[in-house]
Amino acid sequence: MSTSTTPTRTSRPDFKGRVSGLPTSAKIVLWALFAVFLFALPLLNIPFITTADSDFGGVLFTVSTYVLVALGLNIVVGYAGLLDLGYVGFYAIGAYVVGVLSSQHASLPWLVAVPVAIGVAMISGVILGAPTLRVRGDYLAIVTLGFGEIVRLSLINSQWLNGAQGISNIPRPPGVTLFELPSLDWSSGAPVVDLDNTTTFIKFGIGDFIPYYWLALVVIGLVLLFDILVKNSRVGRAWEATREDEDAAELMGVPTFRFKLLAFSLGAAIGGLSGALFAGKAGFISPDNFILLLSILFLAAVVVGGAGNRWGVIVGAIVVGYFPERFREFAEFRVLVFGLALMLLAIFRPQGILPPRRARRVRRADEREEHIEEGLPDA
Amino acid sequence: MQFLIDNFAALTVTGLAIGAVYSLIALGYTFVYGVLRLINFAHSEVFMYGSFAAVWVVMVIGGHPGGSIGQVIFWVALMFVAAMAMSGLVAVLIERVAYRPLRKRNAPPLIALISAIGASFVLSETMGLREKIAGWFGLDDTLRPYVNNSRNNVPLPSIIKPQGVFSIQGYEVTNVDIFVIVGAIAMMIMLDQFVSRSRLGRGIRAVAMDPEAAALMGVNRDRVIRVTFLVGGVMAGAAAVFYLLKIGSTRYDVGFILGVKAFTAAVLGGIGNLRGALLGGIVLGLAENYGSALVGTEWKDVVAFVLLVVILLFRPTGLLGESLGKARA
Repeated sequence: MSTSTTPTRTSRPDFKGRVSGLPTSAKIVLWALFAVFLFALPLLNIPFITTADSDFGGVLFTVSTYVLVALGLNIVVGYAGLLDLGYVGFYAIGAYVVGVLSSQHASLPWLVAVPVAIGVAMISGVILGAPTLRVRGDYLAIVTLGFGEIVRLSLINSQWLNGAQGISNIPRPPGVTLFELPSLDWSSGAPVVDLDNTTTFIKFGIGDFIPYYWLALVVIGLVLLFDILVKNSRVGRAWEATREDEDAAELMGVPTFRFKLLAFSLGAAIGGLSGALFAGKAGFISPDNFILLLSILFLAAVVVGGAGNRWGVIVGAIVVGYFPERFREFAEFRVLVFGLALMLLAIFRPQGILPPRRARRVRRADEREEHIEEGLPDA
Repeated sequence: MQFLIDNFAALTVTGLAIGAVYSLIALGYTFVYGVLRLINFAHSEVFMYGSFAAVWVVMVIGGHPGGSIGQVIFWVALMFVAAMAMSGLVAVLIERVAYRPLRKRNAPPLIALISAIGASFVLSETMGLREKIAGWFGLDDTLRPYVNNSRNNVPLPSIIKPQGVFSIQGYEVTNVDIFVIVGAIAMMIMLDQFVSRSRLGRGIRAVAMDPEAAALMGVNRDRVIRVTFLVGGVMAGAAAVFYLLKIGSTRYDVGFILGVKAFTAAVLGGIGNLRGALLGGIVLGLAENYGSALVGTEWKDVVAFVLLVVILLFRPTGLLGESLGKARA
């Protein structure tokens, strides 16, 4: 057999390559434009994207909750490689701490209750993690699943938390009424500024969920910043080493248990924060908001997007959070279609929609190796 | 506490019966886990389809409460055949559609979980929407009794009236209780023998122990995996019949919570270990019943999960340890 030439990879500048080639100032402008677009999204009411059957601001808020939760779960599943099927437990704890402190047993303002919620969620992460992180892999999955169910059932059965009726009259986030923002109306085919349908900047009211979406966007931005800083630090590298080979990492002097616990509690804190946001927007929470299925959807968001890649995870969260809302006309068939989509995504994008750079590199290396081995006689 | 003591016999018998059903479902999880090292999340739907097949077959042949003993035995036998065939079919289908394409692509294990979750949604929603789906084919009138109220409970037409056989401490142990407990344990023993004695069983153990070495020794891995799913499915079908006889109704989402419980039972006993699944199921069934007598029925599921967490803390691989290959079972 003649020696085969390795195919040369044509370097086609992709979108990412072109963007990173731009000068810094242009990049900043691009990012700023993108941010403005995100904030303006619910006011623009772009046809096709906008959900016709349910309030678009509310849908966007739901999607951003999913994004936030997925970012938190990504730390646990994607970075540290711990399979967590009970993440909704932390989400519920965050929401209920806000509910208890601001309505049920005290009347603290929302803004004061949120840090407490984050703290309590984090501590509960440590309490769950400290004994259970010693069991590995799939056992952890079932233990966390059990935890999620324990939290939900305890909420139902606890009279102190008002049982299955849940907690109502949770105060809204504080706001200031500054000015009115009009929205666009596309009903005539072309965009027309609709002065009747305005959103008050920034008043957290009952009918209009757009300000909550803005708040969620700001929180997502902060969490992303935190995520980038942590991932690029010693902690991020320790997580990666632990995930790839726990024993080797331990031998290299990484205190793996402590770092796993850290990942677990940071993930829990972000879950609690998302729950607190949800409570502030909904004003009413009950155990029905925190079913096991939600944990599974959160995990689906992370894995479908590409566990370990924060942008991939965001895309995954949008897929999981947005599509069931957008395609409400399928009505009863939503879950069926969603299940089909999950299967197809798993089969055709097994690494996730946007796999982490490392996974792509590994895959390329594997292909190269296979290619080299093909030319060799059988050993 | 007094309630527990007073009703100890009743709680024990119910716990054993439900525990036996958990065990049979748990086998499916344990089997697949032993061979493929992944949680077959869609296994709960395998159970659900079996339960519907059993109910429908009784409706088709017109089972009624007044049947003679011969008739009742015939009906129950038909239920078993229908449920086992249906569950086995669904399990093999899941393997074919949701797992094999991933295996061919060397996908990471976590994505198999997502694919299984997708399959689970599709299967249970298809059942929940069967009225609409039959409507597409214009069959909803012909199949009216089978597809009606597809989101609600579907009762099993009563064919056996539970009769007390003997009583312990004032609790009448019924023929249904005895049948469920003895039948389930007999199925377990049969399966245990199948795995430890037959040629296919040896293949399963070999793949569970070391897939590559097994392949080198001439074991057809794909075939073993298919058989594994089939056997797990058949057991879930049997579990569905026992469940129906004991509980009396099913619905399109019955699998979810039962599946979670059965998986808990599998982990409790040591996943990948057949005898572990039996023990785990029984322990879970009993603990749930005793626990709910002690702290109230509404805490039943909490008791189950707390028990799981506590046991895993002290025995991180379950009561009997894992591995289908090592434990000669």
